[in-house]
Amino acid sequence: MVTLLNIVVDGLLTGSIYSVIAMGFCLQYGVARVLNVSHGEFIMLGAFATWSLHTIFGINPLVSLVICGPVLLIIGFFLHRTMFTRIRVSAESPSEAEGNSLLASFGLLFIIQNLALLIWGPFVRGLEFLSFPVHFAGTTFGANRLLTPAFAVVISLAFYFFVARTRIGKAIRSSAQDTMAARLMGVNINSMLAICFGLGALMAGFAGSLVSITYTISPTMGLEYTAIAFIVVVLGGLGSISGSFIGGFVLGLIGSIVTYFEPGLGLIAYYIIFMLLLMVKPTGIMGK
Amino acid sequence: MNIAMFKSKKSLLIGLVFLPLILLATLPLYSSDYSVVMITSILVYVILTLSWSIFSGPTGYISLASAAFFGVGMYTAAILGEVLPLVVIVIAGGIISLMLAILAGALTLRLKGMYFIMFTFGLSQLIKHVVLWWEAHVCGTIGRFVISKDFLTVYWFILVIFAAGLLTAYLVSRSRLGLALRSIGANEEAAAHTGVNVTLMKVTTFAISAFFMGAAGAIMATRWTYIDPSIAFDPLISFMPVLMAIFGGLGQLYGPIIGAGILGYLEEILITRFPYYYMLLFGIILIVVILYLPKGFVGLIQKWRGRKPAGAT
Repeated sequence: MVTLLNIVVDGLLTGSIYSVIAMGFCLQYGVARVLNVSHGEFIMLGAFATWSLHTIFGINPLVSLVICGPVLLIIGFFLHRTMFTRIRVSAESPSEAEGNSLLASFGLLFIIQNLALLIWGPFVRGLEFLSFPVHFAGTTFGANRLLTPAFAVVISLAFYFFVARTRIGKAIRSSAQDTMAARLMGVNINSMLAICFGLGALMAGFAGSLVSITYTISPTMGLEYTAIAFIVVVLGGLGSISGSFIGGFVLGLIGSIVTYFEPGLGLIAYYIIFMLLLMVKPTGIMGK
Repeated sequence: MNIAMFKSKKSLLIGLVFLPLILLATLPLYSSDYSVVMITSILVYVILTLSWSIFSGPTGYISLASAAFFGVGMYTAAILGEVLPLVVIVIAGGIISLMLAILAGALTLRLKGMYFIMFTFGLSQLIKHVVLWWEAHVCGTIGRFVISKDFLTVYWFILVIFAAGLLTAYLVSRSRLGLALRSIGANEEAAAHTGVNVTLMKVTTFAISAFFMGAAGAIMATRWTYIDPSIAFDPLISFMPVLMAIFGGLGQLYGPIIGAGILGYLEEILITRFPYYYMLLFGIILIVVILYLPKGFVGLIQKWRGRKPAGAT
């Protein structure tokens, strides 16, 4: 019983972070049409910014959560407005635009990772925050391991309602369905796609802050998280925000179950599920 | 008159192909050891990009499985390296990659577009993690040592693989296979309806392209002398050929070669001159090129020759 509880809590912890990561990635690919390979680098930036603010200025990581996310939102918005918009407008076909955006995001990956290595060095870092034990249902958890999923779920739900219920969200969804029709209805497409990319960076920043209080971080950690975002987005269905939310938890729970039985096999299980899914039902859980 | 012009143009083209090959073949005679080593690593990129574009160029299927094929070639060399002669190892590396490609190709028949990209990425990562786990839990090791060969031998092998790859790419693009692949790239359903065996064509070409990657991996393992899964299945090996091919420009045989040549050379220079900033500079150059040269070098060359790039209206 106690082991089961441990497995579930572990699964919810990783799963909730995966959800936040994947929802941002999903919006960037589904609407802004950028397969952002540098998504993991934004997570890494969020994590290291949180780490620096905590170790140098003693700022509470939960406060930096509110700082890092919006800063990355602004950076993401301007990146898209300057670079990716130019690529999209000058391309002759949507597939050319997607290919060139992919390449540009590779460029970003190299630049951000190199800058991080120059600033923070190649070391693995960790943060001591809220690691006091909490006794719960006969077993003990670090407080951060219970707090992180709660925050992640709140962030994910807020994000979901933003896209599903607000006016900007409606404009985002209309741009995703039919760019031309959305433009004719008075949606400023360039700004809207840039906002989507920025929101993806915002989610990456949130995820980075959450990662930094629960796991160790390093400047080269980005690609692994990008790969996870890939898997979760396919699991949930390309372009489905709610699918990414659910997919994150499914993958997190599977990971914690497999890791319980054989610690080295977690990632292998992820990839096997990923590939089986692509062969059997490539449209994912929430796909049409 | 016309025929004479045609002939002179053809001989010019042949000269353009053979002159660099002759220069490369005689390189060790007049240049330093350092340049031979440098040209070797650039040629590895050229082989990877060229063989990647044999399949992905005409069909438009972007494969990220290059790391899987290259890495499998490397591990073949590491496992067989002590018992077999080098030629056999290189061919074995190619053939094992080829078989892997047939298997992967048969599984991914239904997948198109983004799903194919993701599947091939998943494939190379899955193999990497399985080998990592196997090394740690079954063999109790992290990596392997490979019997090293001197740099000149490696250079000759790489050059032969490059020439064979170039010839194959040319023959494929000129054959019915190449025509079938281009029709798949243009419209797969239409191709299937006009009687092209879509599946067979795709799997065959995917396997051909994997062969050269595996062979290059096998010979490079003897150069690097130590390999572990993170080196052999480095995701960058999957991404670089895509980058280089698009940088050079698709649609023409020389595009990927030029792209890989320039970016490979650039990487070498940046790594040796600015070891701490090379990724930064590489990234900046990449973005600048995409912004100002979105059609790659093929587009630029076609512009110079006063022709509109392919697909322009």
